[in-house]
Amino acid sequence: MARRLPRKDVVIVGLGWTGSILAYELSRTGLEVVAIERGPWRDTATDFNIGTAPDELRYGVRHDVFLRPRQETLTMRNNASQTALPIRKWGSFLPGNGVGGAGVHWNGQTWRFLPDDFRIRSHMIERYGEKIMPEGNHIQDWPVSYDELEPYYDKFERVLGISGKAGNLKGKIQPGGNPFEGARSSEYPTPPMTQGYAQELFTKAATSLGLHPFPRPSANISVAYTNPYGCTMAPCTYCGFCERFGCANYSKSSPQTCVLPALVREPTFEARTDCEVTKVNLSGDGKMATGVTYVDANGEEWEQPADLVLVCAFSLFNVRLLLLSGIGKPYDPVRDEGVVGRNYAYQTGSGATGFFADVKFNPFAAAGSLGAALDDYNSDNFDHGPHGFVGGASITCAYTNGRPILYHPTPKGTPTWGSAWKKAVHENYQKVTNVGAQGSVMSYRNNYLDLDPTYKDPLGRPLMRMTFDYQDNERKMANWMAERCEEIAKAMGAKTTQVNRLNGPWSVVPYQTTHNTGGAVFGNDPKTSVLNRYLQSWDVHNVFVMGASAFPQNAGYNPTGTVGALTYWALDAIFDYLKSPRALVQS
Amino acid sequence: MTDMNGRLPRGGDAAAAARRKHAGVTRRSLLASAALLFTASGAGAGVVTKVLPWKPNEAYPVTPVVPGGYLFFTAQEAAIVDAFVERLIPTDDLGMGARDAGVTTFIDRQLTGPYGGHDWLYMQGPFSDKPLPSQGLQSPLTPRQQYRSGLAALEAYCKANFGGRGFVELKADEQDKLIGAMEKGEAQFQGFSSRMLFSAIYANTMEGYFADPIYGGNRDMVGWKLVGFPGTRYDFRDVMAKPNQAYTLPPVGLQGRSAWGGR
Amino acid sequence: MRRVVNGGWAQLRHALLLLPLLASGAAAEPDNYVEIARGKALATAGDCITCHTANGGAPFAGGLALQTPFGAIMTPNITPDNVTGIGSWSADDFARAMHEGRRPGGSYLYPAFPYPYYSKVTRADLDAIYAYLRTLAPVTNAVNRSTLPFPFSIRQSMLGWNRLFFTPGVFVPDPKRSDEYNRGAYLVEGLGHCGACHTPFNSFGAAKTDHYLEGNQIDNWTAPNITNDMHAGLGKWSVDDIAHYLKTGQTATTLASGPMKDVIENSTSKMPDADLRAIAVYLKERGAAGSSPPAPLSASDPRMQAGEAIFADTCSACHTSNGGGVEHIFPKLAGNAIATQDDPASLIRIVIAGGRAAATNERPTGPAMPSLGFRLNDAQVAAVVTYVRNSFGNAASPVTADTVKALRGRVTGAAD
Repeated sequence: MARRLPRKDVVIVGLGWTGSILAYELSRTGLEVVAIERGPWRDTATDFNIGTAPDELRYGVRHDVFLRPRQETLTMRNNASQTALPIRKWGSFLPGNGVGGAGVHWNGQTWRFLPDDFRIRSHMIERYGEKIMPEGNHIQDWPVSYDELEPYYDKFERVLGISGKAGNLKGKIQPGGNPFEGARSSEYPTPPMTQGYAQELFTKAATSLGLHPFPRPSANISVAYTNPYGCTMAPCTYCGFCERFGCANYSKSSPQTCVLPALVREPTFEARTDCEVTKVNLSGDGKMATGVTYVDANGEEWEQPADLVLVCAFSLFNVRLLLLSGIGKPYDPVRDEGVVGRNYAYQTGSGATGFFADVKFNPFAAAGSLGAALDDYNSDNFDHGPHGFVGGASITCAYTNGRPILYHPTPKGTPTWGSAWKKAVHENYQKVTNVGAQGSVMSYRNNYLDLDPTYKDPLGRPLMRMTFDYQDNERKMANWMAERCEEIAKAMGAKTTQVNRLNGPWSVVPYQTTHNTGGAVFGNDPKTSVLNRYLQSWDVHNVFVMGASAFPQNAGYNPTGTVGALTYWALDAIFDYLKSPRALVQS
Repeated sequence: MTDMNGRLPRGGDAAAAARRKHAGVTRRSLLASAALLFTASGAGAGVVTKVLPWKPNEAYPVTPVVPGGYLFFTAQEAAIVDAFVERLIPTDDLGMGARDAGVTTFIDRQLTGPYGGHDWLYMQGPFSDKPLPSQGLQSPLTPRQQYRSGLAALEAYCKANFGGRGFVELKADEQDKLIGAMEKGEAQFQGFSSRMLFSAIYANTMEGYFADPIYGGNRDMVGWKLVGFPGTRYDFRDVMAKPNQAYTLPPVGLQGRSAWGGR
Repeated sequence: MRRVVNGGWAQLRHALLLLPLLASGAAAEPDNYVEIARGKALATAGDCITCHTANGGAPFAGGLALQTPFGAIMTPNITPDNVTGIGSWSADDFARAMHEGRRPGGSYLYPAFPYPYYSKVTRADLDAIYAYLRTLAPVTNAVNRSTLPFPFSIRQSMLGWNRLFFTPGVFVPDPKRSDEYNRGAYLVEGLGHCGACHTPFNSFGAAKTDHYLEGNQIDNWTAPNITNDMHAGLGKWSVDDIAHYLKTGQTATTLASGPMKDVIENSTSKMPDADLRAIAVYLKERGAAGSSPPAPLSASDPRMQAGEAIFADTCSACHTSNGGGVEHIFPKLAGNAIATQDDPASLIRIVIAGGRAAATNERPTGPAMPSLGFRLNDAQVAAVVTYVRNSFGNAASPVTADTVKALRGRVTGAAD
């Protein structure tokens, strides 16, 4: 039986980006805030020590900082006719764990979604007619516009110190930036990163093709920076140990570098680590949350009462917590009813690899978000009419690292082992670069999340089941993008190119992206959304749910910038809510 | 190593084993970290308030592998693995191969750690007989079990098909041919998937040849030198300032390099 | 857990004759908010809380073990608990303890309690502190106050010590100096008890007054020279630098860590800017020019070459290859006085054990240096420390592996 703890004003589930920001902003007003995090405390000097951090085997391959599947995983299948099996070992995506969440091990690419992305359904139908909408889609307009979110994007970028070059300042197109981006109220807080030789070739080639390359916005920051919370960061040293690693020299934006030092000073804040929230508790009528129940590392169960529950775990685990807590009606794909688990989406990866002669790309001199990108083929920045698909991709030439267990490229046709393989590895390491397309995935009736009937976690709770595959629309889009990437790789001077298409069913084995979205989407209609436009539960108004689980469908960008903007957007709503607790939107 | 919920301590098993002592913590620094408490019930919750936790000497290094002998493999198994990995990455004019680089020792030590038991993975049943390829790892066998059974099956296969000779007695081209058949799943071992054994050895060979030498492989950073990877160096601002130029500094491991002296 | 406390207690000749006159009518009314607030600020300036709070214990309830060269002393409970605290003390009792190092019954306190400094505090200020302490919630916490071994356990022995080393007497301003200087002197020499760490002490644990504020080793940290000495002290710091450092725990190029981190976090960062400036003005007028630095070690010295390799591979990603550091986060090593103190203790221990810089409201990050003791052996630590001491324009004596080994044993509790 759970032991009951003294009441707090606010309980936060998960102490990553969204949890730490909300914890700080709320506790600084004097509210009693407790954050409950199932992983350990992590900090730069102790856990990302320069004498232990650059270790590819430990972190890159054995996944030391990730959630261990033994503690929680999902089951997966490509469609409802199959039997889902557990993802026993992470591959396609890598959920974080511990204080800082995935903000510890992310690459740091920090984008804003494009204005069209927020009203993609209306926009596409207005421009191309209903016929362009893919079969079985659940594509929805977002309940907020780019203009509404802009100040919050700005705030988040300022807290992170993002390095980049504005392409559209208050409506005025800026040379060197992304001309397709929505109007920005201000320049990036820090200048763009230094680009490498491959990016130089990409930028020249893309420009010669009439495209519009720019340095991509980066949370590996270019110069020392002190953010509005007073937290100081150092310049990135291009060590190439970002994704899957914690940063040893305070140069990657993370809760550790940007928020926690200020947060822990707030006397009304408390973090409890190694404690897993198992349930959001509801009042008898199910209309109010009374707090949460959690289990500590010794297996003891505790009840933490609170007036406000903020669900701030990784998107997938937000959805599972709602399902396990009975908040919102679970999605039923057969009847196409219910909302929790609906509109799960992901991203496509495709592109082209270029093999060059006589170059030294030095791929190890890299950073998670170093890279030159272009948006000419993203969202609706190009005419979709001739192509018959919805969506787009950001196209990038980048090195995130040159770590050799996982990166030792060889041309197609090279044997996979033996002296010939060894020779090819030796010859190609310096001469390969990739032009990649990170593409949007729309939402569909058949891609969803629910609870698995068979498999359980160590606490005996059902695992969540993911039913997902790429649909024709996404395959068409991704493969068209791959050809665009190849054009650019050729124009860069590649001796040979290989096109990487999106073939076969989605597989959990190779790493693709940790940009899992949806399942607890926000919207204006409670029949098709879990949350209202302020990320407040339609059903239980003292529950707010942060994160990419709120995205109605996914875009061709990394999600963190938008997750951060939505957090600050929701924060303003939470302040309003605290003055007078109520449903902020009448259903 | 794991608690009842399958959670592992920060830094993993290897790191936990090597956790530094905290004796000599100063009074003042303890004041600063006093907030890292356990709750009154003795329950396992880290509570953080007021200050960022910090303790002197706190670090989570891995325990360096000391080469010599085997902790998991029998002498015969080690000889087979030696011969096998040497075919995957042979010694040639580009430098020593996987055997001389210590890959067998690397695998041996990995198998005795959490990796060898899939300690961090989800290993609850039921296990499906017919998983989809897109569903990835679905075998109930841990790496330790894969090596133990797989190497025995390989040896039995060799004895049966190569006139009583074991794998190490095969000529190089016979070994290559057999390894190629295993890779394609065409070699039919008794009671074990030849492809599964190939995949395990192949993945571990790449790891051992390119991982930090602290793990027992990649001797003299030979894998890093093969491609020109500088290892644990953490500052390439100078490289960014000079694009398209050869990098000339020698690689550095977690345990340093010879220029550090003193080891 | 260890902390070494020195004396800093000056010569005594006529202790009884020099007892300050008790200021009459100064006792604060318990509900005098202004007086209590003033007392709180003074208690902050004196950093009482740091020593009078046990690890994880209630503030001011005592029980912290202070390591002295003579044995461990447990700090007393100074909350107003009648039985285990100082609830039964009168204002006069409190003033006598602060001014004379005597308990109400007359028995002697040990100078781990820095009464030779507090002796300089005015009675009015002591009464304000007393008034503040009376407002604390009483905490029942009985502390064993008799932990010193024989013969130091005999408190009467302090009588002789006091005769030798203790000059009581309230601070007397120097009329030839500015008010600001005098305010700084009052704080540094009195409540701030800066010399308790920064002045070397003799074998009786008393301050060497002729080397006032010229640096000492405390708890295996270098408490550096804080006189105006150009090479080893604050000669290159401006008044603003010092005041800013005390307020925020850092200047653009240096960060406080070790015991000074706690002083800044618990005390100086919460003091009024005018007081910090006064302290800076006072310190800038202390001390004559010290010895000039030695010539740097040759770059071809094998220790320098090993040190350079280690520095390039391990240190430069933060401190930069030219030792320039990064403002507000990674200390600049070029021209860094801590790096070139005669005593290399801080430098060595930060490499071995790591260190957390001060975190303050203005600069909350409190960046930490990772512990590298597991990665570098004694010779390698010696090499890299020697390199830092003799590169980027620095020059200081080389450090031996034996010195590292001894300090490693003390800061990790295990000889390597």
